[in-house]
Amino acid sequence: MSAFLKLSPQDNVQVALRAAPAGTPLSGAGSVVTLTDVSMAHKVTDQPIPAGALVVKYGLPIGVATQDIPAGAHVHVHNIRSRYTATHYRAEEAGLSHD
Amino acid sequence: MTEMLGYARSDGRKGIRNVVAVAYLVECAHFVAREVVAEFRGQPVHLIGFPGCYPNDYAQAMMERLCTHPNVGAVLLVSLGCESFNRSRLEAVIAATGRPVETLVIQKAGGSRETIRKGAAFVARALEEIATLPRVPMQVSDLTVATICGGSDGTSGISGNPAAGLAFDALVKQGATCIFEETGELIGCEHIMAERAATPELAEELKACVAKAARYYETLGYGSFAAGNATGGLSTIEEKSLGAYVKSGASPISGIIKPGDLPPTGGLYLMDVVPDGEVRFGFPNIADNAEIVEMIASGAHLTLFITGRGSVVGSAISPVIKICANPETYRALAGDMDVNAGAVIEGEKSLSEVAEEILARIMATAAGEETRSEGLGHQEFILTYKSFTPAGPACLPKSA
Repeated sequence: MSAFLKLSPQDNVQVALRAAPAGTPLSGAGSVVTLTDVSMAHKVTDQPIPAGALVVKYGLPIGVATQDIPAGAHVHVHNIRSRYTATHYRAEEAGLSHD
Repeated sequence: MTEMLGYARSDGRKGIRNVVAVAYLVECAHFVAREVVAEFRGQPVHLIGFPGCYPNDYAQAMMERLCTHPNVGAVLLVSLGCESFNRSRLEAVIAATGRPVETLVIQKAGGSRETIRKGAAFVARALEEIATLPRVPMQVSDLTVATICGGSDGTSGISGNPAAGLAFDALVKQGATCIFEETGELIGCEHIMAERAATPELAEELKACVAKAARYYETLGYGSFAAGNATGGLSTIEEKSLGAYVKSGASPISGIIKPGDLPPTGGLYLMDVVPDGEVRFGFPNIADNAEIVEMIASGAHLTLFITGRGSVVGSAISPVIKICANPETYRALAGDMDVNAGAVIEGEKSLSEVAEEILARIMATAAGEETRSEGLGHQEFILTYKSFTPAGPACLPKSA
C-alpha cells in the first residue's frame, strides 16, 4: 500500500498514512518524492503550488499558499494560511523541525 | 442481538441508563455534592452542576433538561443557599415528571457534614426506589445519538469521522434522531452542508449559523483549533472542519437546534452551539465536554466521540463511545477506546466494516453494556454561561 493517499482527484496535496522518510514516492504522481521526512497524517504536495493559490484537500479549499511550494514539500502551518481565522500552534510541536 | 430495554419516563421518552444525578447549584456547593457522590463509587450516581453565582437563563434551562433526561431516574440538588440559581423552580420541574427529588441547602441543613450525611441518605433511598422502575422494549427509532470529534488530527477526517458518518446514515434510515455539532468546526463547509438542507429556508439558516460562528471566533482571536491539531498534521480551521463535517454522514439535514432544544422528529440535526448576540462570557465551549453536555441536554442517550490525538473523556448522564481514528494512538490508549478506526489507515478494514462495529457498539451500549469510559468511572461535566435566542421557524421540521 502506498504511504500516501489522495482523497479527491482535484486535490493538490496527499496525506501520509504512516511516517514517511525523505524520498518516499507519492501516490500516482510520477517521479515526485517527499523532500523531507513527513509524520503520519501530515500533507505533502504532489504538484507545485504557487504563492497565493488555493490548497485543495477533500476536493475543497483548506487555505492559501503563503509562498511557492515545490512538489514533494511538506504542506503545513509554515507555508499555508486559513482564509478564515489564523491557526494557533506551538512551533516546536508542529512537526516542522525538518523544514 | 441483545434486546434493548429502556426505562420508561413520564414524558414518553425511554432511558438507556438509570442514574441518580447529584447537582450542585453554585461552585460553593460543588465539594459537598462531590462528597455525596464519592460514597457511591461504582454505582450509577453522577455529579453535575453549574458553578456560577449570577443568574443565567441558559444554565437554568440546561439544568432542567439534564435533570429530566431519560437516563436520569432521580435527582439530589445541593445549594449553598445564597446563590442566584432558581432551585425551587428546578425542583418543581423535576418533581412534575414524577422523579424522586430532594433539595438540600447547606446553610439550612447544618453545614457540610450534615448535608453530606443527608444527601447520601437520599441517594441510597433513591437508588433503591428507582431500581424497580418498569423496563419497556426500545427501538433504534427511540434513540437520540450525538457525535463529536475531539483531539482531532489528520487521521480523523479519513477514518474515524467518515466511519461515524456511515453509522449516522444507518441510524437516520432506521428513524433515530442524530445530532452533530460545533458550527465553529464547520467553517469552510457551509456551502456543501447547505446543499443537504431539507428546505431552501433551512439552507440559508445553516449558512447563517456558520457565519455567526466565524464572526464569534474572529472576535475572540482564536478559531476552534488547538495546538495539538497542528501537531497532528492539521494546518487550518477549514481543513479541520472538512474532516469534522464528514461525521454527519450524507443524510438530508432536518433542522438546526440550540442546546437543550428537543428535536421534534427523527432525522439529522445540527446543534448551533455558538451564542447569539454580542460576544459575552468568552469562548462558546471551553472544552469538548461542554458540547457533550449540550447534546445530552437535547436528549442524547449516548455520544460517539471520534479522536485522533487520543481523548480519554466520558460523561455524566449519557455514555460516550470512543472511536480512535489514529492506529498509533489506539495502540497507546487501547484501554480507553471502544472502536479502532485506525484499522482503516493501516488498510486492514474498510470504512463500512468500522461503521458496522460502531453500530454494534451503539446497540450493545443501549442494551446496557458499559463503554470503556463508563467502566473506568469517567463522569466529566462542564456547564458555563451562555445566551441564546430561540431557533427561528425555518430551523425545524413540522412536528410529526
